[in-house]
Amino acid sequence: MELIQQLVNGISLGSIYALIALGYTMVYGIVRLINFAHGDVFMIGSFVGFYAVTSFHVGFFPALLLAMVSCAILGVCIERIAYKPLRNATKIAVLITAIGVSLLIEYGTIYLRGAQPEAYPSTVLPDKKIEVLGVTVNSQSLLILGVSIVLMILLQFIVHKTKIGKAMRAVSHDAEAARLMGINVDNTISATFAIGSALAGAAGVIFGIYYTKIDPLMGIIPGLKAFVAAVLGGIGIIPGAMVGGLMLGVIESLVSGLGYSLWRDGVAFIILILILIFRPAGLFGKNVREKV
Amino acid sequence: MATLKRTIGFWISIVLALILFVVVQVLISGEILNSFYVNTLFFMVINIILAVSLHLIIGITGQFSIGHAGFFAVGAYASAIMTMKLQMPFALALLVGGVAAAVAGLLIGIPSLRLKGDYLAIATLGFGEIVRISLLNIEYVGGASGMTVTHLTTWPWVFACLLITIIVIANFTNSTHGRACISIREDEIAADSMGINTTYYKVVAFVIGSFFAGIAGGLYAHHFYIIQPTNFGFLKSFDILIFVVLGGLGSMSGAVIAAILLTVVSTFLQDYPETRMIIYSIILILVMLYRPKGLLGTKEVTSFFKLRRAVQGGIGNDNKNTVA
Repeated sequence: MELIQQLVNGISLGSIYALIALGYTMVYGIVRLINFAHGDVFMIGSFVGFYAVTSFHVGFFPALLLAMVSCAILGVCIERIAYKPLRNATKIAVLITAIGVSLLIEYGTIYLRGAQPEAYPSTVLPDKKIEVLGVTVNSQSLLILGVSIVLMILLQFIVHKTKIGKAMRAVSHDAEAARLMGINVDNTISATFAIGSALAGAAGVIFGIYYTKIDPLMGIIPGLKAFVAAVLGGIGIIPGAMVGGLMLGVIESLVSGLGYSLWRDGVAFIILILILIFRPAGLFGKNVREKV
Repeated sequence: MATLKRTIGFWISIVLALILFVVVQVLISGEILNSFYVNTLFFMVINIILAVSLHLIIGITGQFSIGHAGFFAVGAYASAIMTMKLQMPFALALLVGGVAAAVAGLLIGIPSLRLKGDYLAIATLGFGEIVRISLLNIEYVGGASGMTVTHLTTWPWVFACLLITIIVIANFTNSTHGRACISIREDEIAADSMGINTTYYKVVAFVIGSFFAGIAGGLYAHHFYIIQPTNFGFLKSFDILIFVVLGGLGSMSGAVIAAILLTVVSTFLQDYPETRMIIYSIILILVMLYRPKGLLGTKEVTSFFKLRRAVQGGIGNDNKNTVA
């Protein structure tokens, strides 16, 4: 029973990782950039949700929506200001800029509101314990799981059934050829950032409700772990990010359940290094030969 | 003739360095510099060693590693264990710190240097975090509360380590091996097809870089009285990265100058840590947007004093740019 309990916890945690990982993977798939600032967009989403709930007394869904919209705008701004001028720069330059943006968001937030953590109000969602076969399932974690699944289905729909999704797939396949076919590459990239950041914002609100404590540096570790999840599933592959996120969450919960909770964060990075060594393309990826 | 010029340049640098050493030593012994300035000076030198060692990995070999604080931590803890737990002399402790970090560099370098660009960056970042989390959980070294270390770092030690670091890395850069590393930075696939054993050279650069980061760790541990895992988080790695990037990717004197400047800046902003980080991040973004090669690019300071750059190659850090 203990094992199933841990699995349930792991899936809730994993769905949060999966939501953040989706943003990483989409951005990487389209511009080959590790957006280090993604974890901080997640943090901003969490704070927007927090202030929406505490200051404007809105319910869960309006707060979620507000966080998603603000994060989408933030994501597009980051892309336009910091990444777009570097489209043709070296990889290292882009990566360093991403680190710079990440630090700027973190410490800018601290500068504006201080470093003290905030406690998410627990009244946002009903917190009922449901017992199924001896396993206690929190009603919150069910809702979290539900919201994550709905968002992921929505994302699949956008990517596979809409025009902008088709453009995104075309640009990620070959940006130059897509441009020749009349696709506006810049707008497509912005749309990718908007969608990915909106998902991160949603993850931020969900994370806040689930863990109740938020602070300006909270984005770093979940951000890195979501990146691990994206690599685990094969970076650039959307279903891979979901599976990777869920797997990582479950593995972490199992490690905690075995009594090694202090090593939990280390395990994620050990998985990362093992994956990079033995299967750099990830679980779902194909090996691609590099050409000159 | 060219050889003579190069040798003269080398000896001039050594003599200037020794004069600097004596002057500072006199200032310290005469207690003209108070402990605040001495402290800043030591941090400056430790930062220079870190910056120069990372410069070898990022600037010369082009391998984007952002886990340098991990090697720094390994060196700090290894040397602290040597002096505090095993009662070994300081010199041996420093050496062991360096060797331990070099071994860590070898262990992490062989598998992860097969990766490129972003993947290597994230793997080294992960490595740095693994080191930090391990240190947090090992009771032998004090866990989260850290380890107390006696104060053994003195100006002659700091200076000697700095001088050795600069001479070794400058010589390495200008040797055949250094050329091979530069060719990897410029185009790895082309270097590979010219018959350069890219993995070998990447690992060599990585190990040398980690060794000196470990030495810096030993100096730091024996200067700071107490070492804690939180001192070695990835913010520290980013600090070191900023020295290298700001100075110029590929310029050793650039890395040194940036380390000196930013140490001074952060000393003045000690009471406003978030302002310091905001300034750092804005500097990073602006430099990357407008001057992606860093302030000096691949040039060295001395190249500005030369009217004619007829002589290419040489000893010491006092010559030529390294654009391949």
